Amino acid sequence: MLHALEGSQAIAQAVALCRPGVVAAYPITPQTHIVENISKLVADGKLKCEFVSVESEFSAASVVLGASAAGSRSYTASSSQGILLMAEVLFDIAGMRLPVVMTCANRAISAPINIWNDHQDSMTVRDSGWIQLHCADNQEAIDTSIQAFRIAERTELPVMVCMDGFVLTHTLEVVDMPSAEQVDSYLPPFTFKNKLDPKHPLSLGTLVGPEYYTEARYSLHRALEKALPEIEAADADWAKICGRAAGGLLTVEGPENATTAVLAMGSVVSTLTESNEMLPGNKRVKIIKLRSFRPFPIEALQMACQGLKELIVLERAFSPGLGGILGTEVRAALAGMQKPPQVRNFTVGLGGRDIPMSTLSKLINAAKAQAPGGFAILDVEPERLPPEDR
Amino acid sequence: MIEIRIHGRGGQGNVVAAYVLAGAAFEEGMRCQAFPNFGAERRGAPVVAFVRIAEKPILRRCQVEAPGFLIIQDESLLHIPSVLEGLKDKGGVLVNSLKSSEELTKEYGRPMIALAGSQMAQEIVGRPLANVALLSAFLTLSAILPLEALKKALSKRFKGEVLEKNLKLIDEVGAHVSAGQWKKEAKHVACA
Repeated sequence: MLHALEGSQAIAQAVALCRPGVVAAYPITPQTHIVENISKLVADGKLKCEFVSVESEFSAASVVLGASAAGSRSYTASSSQGILLMAEVLFDIAGMRLPVVMTCANRAISAPINIWNDHQDSMTVRDSGWIQLHCADNQEAIDTSIQAFRIAERTELPVMVCMDGFVLTHTLEVVDMPSAEQVDSYLPPFTFKNKLDPKHPLSLGTLVGPEYYTEARYSLHRALEKALPEIEAADADWAKICGRAAGGLLTVEGPENATTAVLAMGSVVSTLTESNEMLPGNKRVKIIKLRSFRPFPIEALQMACQGLKELIVLERAFSPGLGGILGTEVRAALAGMQKPPQVRNFTVGLGGRDIPMSTLSKLINAAKAQAPGGFAILDVEPERLPPEDR
Repeated sequence: MIEIRIHGRGGQGNVVAAYVLAGAAFEEGMRCQAFPNFGAERRGAPVVAFVRIAEKPILRRCQVEAPGFLIIQDESLLHIPSVLEGLKDKGGVLVNSLKSSEELTKEYGRPMIALAGSQMAQEIVGRPLANVALLSAFLTLSAILPLEALKKALSKRFKGEVLEKNLKLIDEVGAHVSAGQWKKEAKHVACA
């Protein structure tokens, strides 16, 4: 049914439809409204679930780790410094192969302190072993949150649903909220074969020496790789129920014969798509919306890049001392192609800097001037830099 | 698509105004988008919220740079140069002020419509929050949505006495501005 909802409220409702057993969270902007709304649903008796208010994000992550290991469908949400404080536990959750779902309301990280949107927080834990799925609008965030539980429980891997802080979490827009029947028909009750059970004792996350550590980590890598078809299937099956897909591993839009493409993740894709539609037909580019950042869909990306001469990677984070993260990964992923496109790489919109409609044209022009292998921050303002950095 | 920017101060219900206006569009079967641009989140600090209303799904998610209409919850905000920035040529400005429209127009050198929103809200609702009064005035002037849609959106957010009094406020305000005065403007500022 269609509703006009704030993103956070929509996610709270979508998570509630998945019938979590335990939700633990600590408030942090811009994530707070999500768990606030979930706690209200619990308080109003609309959701039967153990809501655990904790004293830090470290504890929030620890609670959902324990709850999941005990066989309960578990959910948390955080942002920015919260994700960083959780980091140790996030690696544990993935290493123990616990199917926790969390929402990352993407926000910049300190210092300097900044509460606004970019992707530096989820990027920082990209190697934690979590699946990371990015959403371009609130409908995708709803649908991806529901799919996340199925993906997590089938793959025994935790899933982080990344949605842009403020830009999605605080935006009211029209969304189709699935019915309880639709979600119930899609998501069976959680049964976890590795759950901690005194009748069948089992240890999780214990000390592993050099004899087996490599194999344990390799298995985690393989599990992520094997999650690729699960992510696609989860989206395809959801589309059969509600009539819309959330973007599989990635999607490609724009003219079929275009030889330039722009690749991005998250809500900026929406703005790029509209800007692209406003360009004259022969100037239009392909827009590649990367939904699955982890696992990284190398093969699907190579397919999407067939026939391209130029691929412009636009990202909302970077690695100081290197340059683009997504751009570097895309370059590596495409190196195996027969005729890989030239990859240009730009970061934009750090710490909530607005990404206006003019960005696409600016990007296409800036790409022409970038040397192969280059990287730049597209919207850096030289006059705001100290003279030595200009 | 019509783009609206609402300027206020922390505590004046700026975000609620944006959400309710978008909600009213939804009640009329339109597509809508409303979001705040938070600065420092404290009472009294200038805050901005954006609303987009369209027939088709809205893709762009950037801030509204060239609004068709400005709704200003506090006249003192007009002293901030960026408040009027980007307003479309024939765009309309609605200001919560005790001055007359003529006085404001003269003072700021461009057409503006004044509404004593805080005063009316104080009298009818018992709190000097101008947001609902301004929305009622805006919809009456522009005629982009019926007041019924605003009432429906409001009744999804509030109930009881607060709702009743605000519904009364909506009707009362409607009689204080000239219905359809911005009809032409609304057509003119609409973008694809």
